[in-house]
Amino acid sequence: MTDSKYFTTTKKGEIFELKAELNSDKKEKKKEAVKKVIASMTVGKDVSALFPDVVNCMQTDNLELKKLVYLYLMNYAKSQPDMAIMAVNTFVKDCEDPNPLIRALAVRTMGCIRVDKITEYLCEPLRKCLKDEDPYVRKTAAVCVAKLHDINAQLVEDQGFLDTLKDLISDSNPMVVANAVAALSEIAESHPSSNLLDLNPQSINKLLTALNECTEWGQIFILDCLANYMPKDDREAQSICERVTPRLSHANSAVVLSAVKVLMKFMEMLSKDLDYYGTLLKKLAPPLVTLLSAEPELQYVALRNINLIVQKRPEILKHEMKVFFVKYNDPIYVKLEKLDIMIRLASQANIAQVLAELKEYATEVDVDFVRKAVRAIGRCAIKVEQSAERCVSTLLDLIQTKVNYVVQEAIVVIKDIFRKYPNKYESVIATLCENLDSLDEPEARAAMIWIVGEYAERIDNADELLESFLEGFHDESTQVQLQLLTAIVKLFLKKPTETQELVQQVLSLATQDSDNPDLRDRGYIYWRLLSTDPVAAKEVVLAEKPLISEETDLIEPTLLDELICYIGTLASVYHKPPSAFVEGSRGVLHKGLPPRTGSIEGPESPDTAPSGEPAADQPSVIPTQGDLLGDLLNLDLGPPVTGPPMATSTVPMGAVDLLGGGLDSLIGGSGSFTAAPSSTAPTNVGAPLGSGLGDLFDLTAGVGTLSGSYVAPKTVWLPAMKAKGLEISGTFSRQVGSISMDLVLTNKALQVMSDFAIQFNRNSFGLAPAAPLQVHAPLAPNQSVEISLPLNTVGSVMKMDPLNNLQVAVKNNIDVFYFSTLYPLHILFVEDGKMERQMFLATWKDIPNENETQFQIKDCSLNAGGDGHSSTALGSCASA
Amino acid sequence: MCFQQKMIHSLFLINCSGDIFLEKHWKSVVSQSVCDYFFEAQEKAIDVENVPPVISTPHHYLISIYRDKIFFVSVIQTEVPPLFVIEFLHRVADTFQDYFGECSETAIKDNVVIVYELLEEMLDNGFPLATESNILKELIKPPTILRSVVNSITGSSNVGDTLPTGQLSNIPWRRAGVKYTNNEAYFDVIEEIDAIIDKSGSTVFAEIQGVIDSCIKLSGMPDLSLSFMNPRLLDDVSFHPCIRFKRWESERVLSFIPPDGNFRLISYRVSSQNLVAIPVYVKHMISFKENTSSGRFDVTIGPKQNMGKTVEGVVMTVHMPKAVLNMNLTATQGSYTFDPVTKVLTWDVGKITPQKLPNLKGMVNLQSGAPKPEENPSLNIQFKIQQLAISGLKVNRLDMYGEKYKPFKGVKYITKAGKFQVRT
Repeated sequence: MTDSKYFTTTKKGEIFELKAELNSDKKEKKKEAVKKVIASMTVGKDVSALFPDVVNCMQTDNLELKKLVYLYLMNYAKSQPDMAIMAVNTFVKDCEDPNPLIRALAVRTMGCIRVDKITEYLCEPLRKCLKDEDPYVRKTAAVCVAKLHDINAQLVEDQGFLDTLKDLISDSNPMVVANAVAALSEIAESHPSSNLLDLNPQSINKLLTALNECTEWGQIFILDCLANYMPKDDREAQSICERVTPRLSHANSAVVLSAVKVLMKFMEMLSKDLDYYGTLLKKLAPPLVTLLSAEPELQYVALRNINLIVQKRPEILKHEMKVFFVKYNDPIYVKLEKLDIMIRLASQANIAQVLAELKEYATEVDVDFVRKAVRAIGRCAIKVEQSAERCVSTLLDLIQTKVNYVVQEAIVVIKDIFRKYPNKYESVIATLCENLDSLDEPEARAAMIWIVGEYAERIDNADELLESFLEGFHDESTQVQLQLLTAIVKLFLKKPTETQELVQQVLSLATQDSDNPDLRDRGYIYWRLLSTDPVAAKEVVLAEKPLISEETDLIEPTLLDELICYIGTLASVYHKPPSAFVEGSRGVLHKGLPPRTGSIEGPESPDTAPSGEPAADQPSVIPTQGDLLGDLLNLDLGPPVTGPPMATSTVPMGAVDLLGGGLDSLIGGSGSFTAAPSSTAPTNVGAPLGSGLGDLFDLTAGVGTLSGSYVAPKTVWLPAMKAKGLEISGTFSRQVGSISMDLVLTNKALQVMSDFAIQFNRNSFGLAPAAPLQVHAPLAPNQSVEISLPLNTVGSVMKMDPLNNLQVAVKNNIDVFYFSTLYPLHILFVEDGKMERQMFLATWKDIPNENETQFQIKDCSLNAGGDGHSSTALGSCASA
Repeated sequence: MCFQQKMIHSLFLINCSGDIFLEKHWKSVVSQSVCDYFFEAQEKAIDVENVPPVISTPHHYLISIYRDKIFFVSVIQTEVPPLFVIEFLHRVADTFQDYFGECSETAIKDNVVIVYELLEEMLDNGFPLATESNILKELIKPPTILRSVVNSITGSSNVGDTLPTGQLSNIPWRRAGVKYTNNEAYFDVIEEIDAIIDKSGSTVFAEIQGVIDSCIKLSGMPDLSLSFMNPRLLDDVSFHPCIRFKRWESERVLSFIPPDGNFRLISYRVSSQNLVAIPVYVKHMISFKENTSSGRFDVTIGPKQNMGKTVEGVVMTVHMPKAVLNMNLTATQGSYTFDPVTKVLTWDVGKITPQKLPNLKGMVNLQSGAPKPEENPSLNIQFKIQQLAISGLKVNRLDMYGEKYKPFKGVKYITKAGKFQVRT
């Protein structure tokens, strides 16, 4: 006798029949009827019409029947809110049942009924259940708070449930702790600003204790929560790591991966010289490898994560190459991922093995996989220089197989190899040319044409080859057309006598017969170049190309660091930050790796260092001199006096420069104080000078108010190479109380850029854009635009290292780019910071004598500029 | 209202012909049409095994597993650890297997109400609630013919009405008050060899995936210690939560209060090349000729490093290239079949006797006019060796504390081929 009998229908109409049975007096018949209703529900049939009849069955002593009715209610309450009220009384009663199982069941089901009217009645029973004597009920109630919060957040806060939930973190039962953590994490996720999970060493300790005792699922919640904690120093980080490490041996792979996340994150804080660091590295490898022997779906997720881990810390798995070797019956999605990791782990030591494997894969059946394997051989050649020769000969062997798609892939990668190792492997060109006719994919055709154009002087019949492509010019894809145009121009510049006709033909095809603007523009440019100055044309077209980089598909370091914080999540599978794809992720929480705090810094600086910004040196010349200052102050600030002889000690800079450079360096400007701008500074500082020392104190303030503070020259923050052609340079300034970020966006790509947007990561002073980034027109290639972005300091705060580090994300229609920069602290100084003289002196005296250094300023010319010196000196001291 | 669902929103069970035969929603009802994205991916993948486990759709994520010819497709709405979901889905499938003896469409349809009760018990608001088999069994009794007869006579139900004892204790995997007349503890040490052997017969990659599966039927609260002759073999181990990790770290002894019944005590991996013996070798000659549209096939299997034990249950499967029409072979031992549709050649060899090595040879007929196949097929070998753990792992002794009776103890060893592939 099976449940399939519940699916049989009768002629009269199912609903009618069921209704009658539900209202039957016989208990057994009722139960059978409810079962039939549930069975219909499981296959997606709408049985909501039976709502009142089913609810009538709710008041019963039979637990199974009660559970079944609850199941039904959860599914349909939302569509019948008025009817659902009928159930409330039973719920409230059940919450006081002597059997904890029933209490828990009631509170659990109530939370699942997403009907506003019911939630009001839920509060009291829930409050009781949160303090129930039975931990099973408390644990269920903890989850219920999260459910309720989802329905009505305000209500939960008003009722104080959040505090009760926080108290449960200290519960004696580990299961309750785990569920409280899970509930709090879920609530915190929707309120990123709230300090719900306010983790401190004490609560961390409780979590770590609960970690050992709760169920596997609870362990995942706790580990994920731990990963968000920021240990205060390396010692704390190490002790947490030590207590998390045993989780690496758990049978549940999700527990293992969450533990890996915690370790990868906190490892960042450990000094590489520590013995423990090495131990930890060794401990991480086996569990990661073990994940690969699990079911293919688990393998896939594990591989995506391992891909991130080997990019961040290749040393963990460097000896484990073999486990990534592909088995022929692996699912294709596993094969492709394994291949990717094999290339990342390829090194001189293992390249022979890797190549042998790749060659094996290149003869497999699956086309996608074969293609990727061929491409991988090319990537190995580019990555491991010593292997390049072997890779090229392997590729040539593959070309000999004449398998169409293998040949095409091989040609595409050989083009890259030429770019990486110029003048080394050109002897193979002849072999490549033999396969010209079999190429039917645009990428391969374009690659081949590029090769012919680039090496036209070595290919006797280059003109014939290119001419043969030209016949079907209009049927080619744009990629091929552009390549063909360039190749023929190259050919012409190399062999002008024989190919004049050909170049004219292609130029006219490109400019007159094509309606593709890119092609036409490129055609015109070549045409003009050739007709006005052939020598220049030669220099431009045949210019030496920069070598291509080692690895082309590495994840950008700041993004990688963020993704490491998301190990084990969907973000790690998609290799994108959650903000980029999860729908409705309220509040973007950018996560970052903790800075290394160890007292002994490893020799290699952590790769988290902001790109392209050398940390500002400590200012070497600070015009601070104790007794000089004393003298100045003793002057009683009378009429303009001849100040003591002053000058910069080393460079004969003007007064103004000293002000600029001095201030800038003193407050740790963006490291650009070598070039003090002569254009901005004088106008800025000039005006308030001249009234002598009397204005000394006003001046320090005046520097900030009237005329705006010192503005460093713009420096390149984001080089075009790193941002698909978008170059960003900029600086920070403060004008009449408002901070702004002055940007120049330059489009160095070949396509038009638009849809610009900007976002800051949390930073030490809460700097945030006060307005969206306004770029009014799309940015055409080689065009640049200046923008002044107003900033405010009301954003969320997170301590950065260095303190004035700012991480910025800029988006355009092409991609999202990340960079970081340092802002000068003076842009944050408010203008009304004027101090009374006595106050200043008192403050000055508070600074211990050890902190004073002295030096003489000599040869100072006695003009208004001189005052500038002294005032700066003071200003510097005051801020020191 | 903005819906936020932390974990699994809905679950659909889909059979191989694309019918959704069960759906369960933990919050609001998600329309079946969301599965269209899954079907699309399935179509693209051609082979059922190749459907990607994570699929993104405009509003949801679909995370799926494929088990026993059923797709378990879960619907996710927000950021969630995919491994969590996948592990959970496998646990659901394990539970069905445990309850109904098989995880099949028929079994699920026949027990749809229990399935529904189970799913409800296993997940609350996306948080896994009870996934330990013994706790579930106290909450919801597994169906038996006898019980359904009794239930229908007495009107009693298959739902437990008291709180499972293990649910909250420090040992959630064991219930209190276990009683047996015969107290027994059995351990199966099962090792699978994963290997890739290249054309020339040398080992490209080999490792052992081992597990110790236990069947413990002991009364009361027994506290067991299992020690090994050579525990140093085990340096990469995953433990059942019952094992005291500290004890293992310091003494290399497995100390635990076992769950009741069947469970996996540990799983381990032995990868260092010299420890992995390869018990069989394969001599092969497979070639295709273009002009005659035919080819030769000649394979011999022999024993190697088998520690004096018999290699049995040998089966070879080969995915032949598409161009192969049929095969005309003679086997000196066992029988072979060739499926001209899937192009799979299966040779059931049986036991290997070193005196007379099994051989399979003959002609391969290719589609006329088709180009000669580029790829050479890999040979997939299965085998079994009784009473041997190929890594050499040996149980030393089992001690029991906490209970007075003398249990019956047994250890069994077996070695099998895992993913054992020979390239040709």
